[in-house]
Amino acid sequence: MSQEVRTVEQQTPSNRESAQRMALRPVFMPPADIYETKDSIVVLTEMPGVSSEGVDISLERRVLTIRGHSASQDHSGYQRVYNEYTDGDYERVFTLSENIDRDRIEATLKDGVLQLVLPKAEAAKARKIELKSS
Amino acid sequence: MALSEFPRLGFDPFVELRRMQSEMNRLFSGFSATGTRDFPPINIWLGENSVVVTAELPGVTGDDVNLSLEEDVLTLAGKREPKAQEQNVSWQRRERAYGSFSRAVQLPFRVDPDKVQARFNNGVLEIELQRLEADRPKKIEIRAA
Repeated sequence: MSQEVRTVEQQTPSNRESAQRMALRPVFMPPADIYETKDSIVVLTEMPGVSSEGVDISLERRVLTIRGHSASQDHSGYQRVYNEYTDGDYERVFTLSENIDRDRIEATLKDGVLQLVLPKAEAAKARKIELKSS
Repeated sequence: MALSEFPRLGFDPFVELRRMQSEMNRLFSGFSATGTRDFPPINIWLGENSVVVTAELPGVTGDDVNLSLEEDVLTLAGKREPKAQEQNVSWQRRERAYGSFSRAVQLPFRVDPDKVQARFNNGVLEIELQRLEADRPKKIEIRAA
């Protein structure tokens, strides 16, 4: 019953658009929680500093790509004196092992955490098979 | 391969060992960077008479964080709780960390505890503190003799 969600950790962004952005700012691999319920797969990724306009999610066949563009945190009139994190983009690619009903995908962004609910396609759901008594 | 001690043999008996070593190095290379980092990571911005401390706290709300100020030390403490979710789930990946955290930040000057502003913005906590009025540098006029 438990299907596997494989992930492809891409260190280098695949398309040219993000490669260009990488020249300017770093690209981070955000940590993710993934769990599976009876009828959906839920993906939670941490992307602090990203507003809802900065999120870009695409599902191509079974490859789910999540991108986040955090707004610059420059404070005008202020000088950065201590630094432990930097502005950057987030990118993560997952390969789903199941068919997803792509019309019913729900994405919400709350407190810097992106939640994706990916409902399994009808055909992929486990069905109970009745034994016919002869 | 050029560094092999057995060049005449035509093969390198240690090639597999070296491959394993580099594989191990690769596996653990990202480990120390994330494992030893203090949580939450902070940035400090200095203005003329104010200081801004920002912290990356994804998934944390204002109710989960306690801010306290003692002299010029600001303490951020709180808890990251996993969101309550339905039973009977099978986990595929758990990379996000949970639990309590606490961090003390030494500010560059003493601040007015009544003029502290803190707000959350997309998982980033921003705390703005004003320098204590009595602590500000005073301009001293030089009188002509």
